[in-house]
Amino acid sequence: MTAGSSGWHAATVVGTQRLTETARAITLSAPGVGGALPGQHIDLRLTAPDGYQAVRSYSLVATGVDERVDIGVDRVPDGEVSGYLVDDLQVGDQMEVRGPLGGYFVWHSDDVAPVLLVAGGSGLAPLLAILRSRVAAGSAAPFRLVYSVRTPGDVWYPDELEAAPPGVEVALLYTRDAPPGWPRPPHRITAHDLVADGFSPADRPDVFVCGSTGFVEGAAALLTGMGHDPARIKTERFGGA
Amino acid sequence: MTAHEPVPVDGNALAGPLLFLTTTDATTTVMRCVTCGRTDVMAHARVYATGVGAVARCPGCDAVLVVVVEHPAGTRVAMPGTAWMSSGG
Repeated sequence: MTAGSSGWHAATVVGTQRLTETARAITLSAPGVGGALPGQHIDLRLTAPDGYQAVRSYSLVATGVDERVDIGVDRVPDGEVSGYLVDDLQVGDQMEVRGPLGGYFVWHSDDVAPVLLVAGGSGLAPLLAILRSRVAAGSAAPFRLVYSVRTPGDVWYPDELEAAPPGVEVALLYTRDAPPGWPRPPHRITAHDLVADGFSPADRPDVFVCGSTGFVEGAAALLTGMGHDPARIKTERFGGA
Repeated sequence: MTAHEPVPVDGNALAGPLLFLTTTDATTTVMRCVTCGRTDVMAHARVYATGVGAVARCPGCDAVLVVVVEHPAGTRVAMPGTAWMSSGG
């Protein structure tokens, strides 16, 4: 089997950054892998010394640069691959990458419609890439990110989100513990959390929802219940292993 | 492994395994379900991934649309419940 025929490219870890207690950002150098569109993902293949292989999909947190792969990985309980990536992986380690992948869950920077991004936990990853590409492209499309996390310590890139540029609103939702004095008590996402001026069904925003299967199905049901056009709601569910 | 109901992801997960089939992208491929007649994009399918491969089920009636098994000798795709696939617009 040749690497080219199956789409796999050798990749090397060139950087890691701790995001939270359970998550880390990983940067790979992957010659032959083209620049991705915001929202796309890659497949990662790890091979153990005994030949055992495991493949997982990870959304890209930054896109547009050839031969560079930036992912964010959250450690899943009992996850054989995510635990390794978050806790054991080191610069210089080798793996294989297939991608960039996916044409459905993609934002195009020439689209001027308002964009509502709804993230559950590490579902932030592709939505962060979309947000970053809006900035990189100089787009003026109105953006709103609704980001649901369990606790303040689970927020990825809090400084970057805090410094969101004009035209980008960020709303943090805490489901278990909120910071002291936070106006919204901790609870799961509700329809009220998805209401905002400029992002109503009448404004016809493009909506991107990413998170666990339960989060995505809950949020998508809330959005369609509010009257958002199902055809404008794009969803991506992730499992965990 | 813990014994629990498997949680599905969605057809976005098949973009990589089906790379060899399409020149563009599998997730925007439109499929028609033999069982209930629903036509929808692959991204909306309910996908159960296991160690040996992935099973994509119709989001309308849960019938099996596509089975993908990746093996070192090649990737095998069965489409027992798919009437047709279209490249979409």
